Amino acid sequence: MQTQSEYGYNSKIEGDVVLTTVDAALAWFRKNSVWPMPMGLACCAIELMAAGASRFDISRFGSEVMRFSPRQADCMIVAGTVTYKSAGFLKRIYDQMPEPKWVIAMGACASTGGMYRSYAVLQGVDKIVPVDVYIGGCPPRPEAVLDALMKIQEKIGKQPILQGTVAAKLLHLDEK
Amino acid sequence: MSALASAHQIKAQFGALIAEPTEFRGEISLTLADPEQIGAVCSFAKKSLGFDFLVDISSVDNYGNDPRWTVVYHLRGMASGQELRLRTDVSEEKSELPSVLPVWRTANWHEREIYDMMGIRFSGHPDLRRILMWEGYPYFPLRKDFPLAGKSSDLPGVAFTNPAPLEGGPFVTVAGGGDAIGREPRVRTTEA
Repeated sequence: MQTQSEYGYNSKIEGDVVLTTVDAALAWFRKNSVWPMPMGLACCAIELMAAGASRFDISRFGSEVMRFSPRQADCMIVAGTVTYKSAGFLKRIYDQMPEPKWVIAMGACASTGGMYRSYAVLQGVDKIVPVDVYIGGCPPRPEAVLDALMKIQEKIGKQPILQGTVAAKLLHLDEK
Repeated sequence: MSALASAHQIKAQFGALIAEPTEFRGEISLTLADPEQIGAVCSFAKKSLGFDFLVDISSVDNYGNDPRWTVVYHLRGMASGQELRLRTDVSEEKSELPSVLPVWRTANWHEREIYDMMGIRFSGHPDLRRILMWEGYPYFPLRKDFPLAGKSSDLPGVAFTNPAPLEGGPFVTVAGGGDAIGREPRVRTTEA
């Protein structure tokens, strides 16, 4: 199909073709459809809901598909206080998420235990799962959640996807 | 009939087991000498005096004193609006008293919480498991000799705990105070 428009990129020169590498294209797909696993444990979850609602609209960043099954999620957003009792469940849920997966520690409690310096609260979710982005605040504003999401996207965009995989071998990507 | 009159009726019924009712800021407290009789007293309060609502059961750790535990029952009559506090002391060696579950079913979770936090057992309770901490946690965290930061424990596959870093704390907030900086939580030693 030929388009006649002159605006946008010039189809007479490019002929409806955009050049990229497989890796970059896959990374672009991947970073713009990060499906969050909302691990809402306390009041931070309310702000997370606000980030998903129309005023802040997380779907602008491709992350509106909140998945309540870890098997369909890419990024766990730990929103709230992690007690030692729930730490076991959290780890199990994280383990059930398919690779590749990322974790956002949302708010002071998830990052460090926050004000709960007590016998019952895990002092930072990074003690049991690897965290990619920490968000400060008690609770953080929805903008901060979106900022963390953009940082995750930046990170995903930089990660090589096919390098060293079977697909890379079949496509002869590793040869150069 | 006032709460004080109800308290006197309980005293008349159980005689020497019940100490003279005390009043503090308009609230009436009764002390029961023998914790084994708590079921009978509660049953009388509910059936004859209309205390049909068990607001709460709480427990006190009188650490260093004997008897170590005090269990406090907060009763309320929904129709009369009366409130009554019923206290009874339990020794540390025994650490057990009868459940009031046959009187008020709501006692189930209150008693489980006391068992979880203080380690006081309730005989006759049908399901005396921990309610906040997990089954197998080795300590009772609201006892006075339990450190605020917690202790290490590990139950593989279930949960673990580590002491929380208090950084010289506990951080204490001061009420009143001139400004927000003066009030904010800081390490405050006891001489201050």
